[in-house]
Amino acid sequence: MVENNSWSRFMTHCILILGVALVVFPVYLAVIASTHEAGTFLSGTLPLLPGSQGLENYKQVLFEGRSRAGTPPLHTMLWNSFVMAMTITIGKLLVSLLSAFAIVYFRFPFRMFFFWVIFLTLMLPVEVRIVPTFQVVADLGMLNSFAGLSIPLIASATATFLFRQFFMTIPEEMLEAARVDGAGPLKFFKDILLPLSITNIAALFVIMFIYGWNQYLWPLLITTDPEYYTIVMGIQRMVTGADAEPLWHLVMATVVLAALPPILVILFMQRLFVKGLTETEK
Amino acid sequence: MQTKRMTFNHRYLPYLLLAPQVVVTLIFFVWPASQALYQSLLRQDVFGFKTEFVWFDNFTRLFADDQYLQALKVTLTFSLGTTLLSMSVALLFAVLVNRLIRSRDVYTTFLVWPYAVAPAIAGILWWFIFNPTLGILPYALDMLGYQWNHRANGNHAMLLVIIAAAWKQISYNFLFFLAGLQSIPQSLIEAAAIDGAKPFKRFWTIVFPLLSPVTFFLLVVNVVYAMFDTFGVIHATTEGGPAQATNILVYKVFRDGFIGMNLGSSAAQSVILMAIVVLLTVIQFRYIERKVNY
Repeated sequence: MVENNSWSRFMTHCILILGVALVVFPVYLAVIASTHEAGTFLSGTLPLLPGSQGLENYKQVLFEGRSRAGTPPLHTMLWNSFVMAMTITIGKLLVSLLSAFAIVYFRFPFRMFFFWVIFLTLMLPVEVRIVPTFQVVADLGMLNSFAGLSIPLIASATATFLFRQFFMTIPEEMLEAARVDGAGPLKFFKDILLPLSITNIAALFVIMFIYGWNQYLWPLLITTDPEYYTIVMGIQRMVTGADAEPLWHLVMATVVLAALPPILVILFMQRLFVKGLTETEK
Repeated sequence: MQTKRMTFNHRYLPYLLLAPQVVVTLIFFVWPASQALYQSLLRQDVFGFKTEFVWFDNFTRLFADDQYLQALKVTLTFSLGTTLLSMSVALLFAVLVNRLIRSRDVYTTFLVWPYAVAPAIAGILWWFIFNPTLGILPYALDMLGYQWNHRANGNHAMLLVIIAAAWKQISYNFLFFLAGLQSIPQSLIEAAAIDGAKPFKRFWTIVFPLLSPVTFFLLVVNVVYAMFDTFGVIHATTEGGPAQATNILVYKVFRDGFIGMNLGSSAAQSVILMAIVVLLTVIQFRYIERKVNY
């Protein structure tokens, strides 16, 4: 009925393979560029096949860094990114689980007021309040610290709403049964709500880890000490830091290392990622 | 707003549970935002000695400022370009992938991972590809007799940042379009096929209209993305240049506030951006019902 001949299937595959190739191309090129030596880039166009300097390039960016441009070895930056991403992720999950629990399972004065305060965070991304937020963090003495990198980002309206919605679908009988058995609020939260939300937590974990890892503007604002550079913002220093043409083989090795962790997270947890992505947006 | 029928009774525990979220929100969101509102009404002299209350003068100056109007125009071009490019490519991919059965998951895997690439990195990747001296594309364009130089030509630079920003967003749009396509009942399409509608006709008269909630939702999300999440793309590559050609609003706030140290004007720009976010959030929540039925 609906056309499904082999010719149209063949065409579909052709266009898709071409499309996938286009989507993958920039990253392929980065991987290739990271395996060549500096001289290759002076001679004009970039080769499309891997070179032989891969190991040395990665070793150099990971452990030596480039003292001239003032960038530390990448392993520090990778570690900083990891700590920041994990703190943001765990912080966001914890904070929003607790507030969703309070909003759904308690009745108390000013409940709506708090709900709207949380909602406000949606309307105020960092990008629109750059200077005053920087001033607050500076006044609190949190510049160049992991606390400054992560705490201001752990408020999350989307996660709170997601958990609220999920808690609303949990049958009333759960709470009744728990109370008959004499469980208090915290025990109920720990032994019933948390285990039930585990899939949601995992899905959000994937999304928030990527969000945290890819932070750019925020670390750029509040870190001046290379000790605290994260890898995503550190690359920019390598590209625009010097007047000369950047050392592309090292920049691209850095790019590959910076993009790899979140890409691996998506590839290995694709199902959770898709679930998290489609559910956090409402 | 509803709670559970049966709730816990506790005098202070709920406040304790809400405290971390609310404290962070008040200190790092609400307070700075109110500071921005306040500062937008002030003007400091160059040395920061004297601060003067000027009412809405910062705003009137902004809208009389050619550079700001230029930034508005640039932002509009950039957001529309990014949104259209990334949504149309994603829709094409989704429609094609949706026709396949066995290989669907393979293609999906290949198409979703760019979501994980940070905007700044996406920018650098394309900056490299388009690099006038050693990039692949300028080389190819040169053979066709076209000179590419995004360091001098504003349109080239704009095209570059649009491509970089759109590339990263394809995955997101693709996933939502695919989910939307899968929720369209097959029987409708078969009925149209029986009535003799050819594939193109079926797409435009049945599939596309049924997708419109997803499309509208993605339109808003993409505009928000292009306006606010692409700071990295600009900052890591063109830095707003050449000649302000890619100076989007968010980048201008940053530059006027941090490098130009023009706090009053930067705060006024922040306030305008806030108004835009509020507007977009209201549209998103008010007019978009649950967009897809999964």
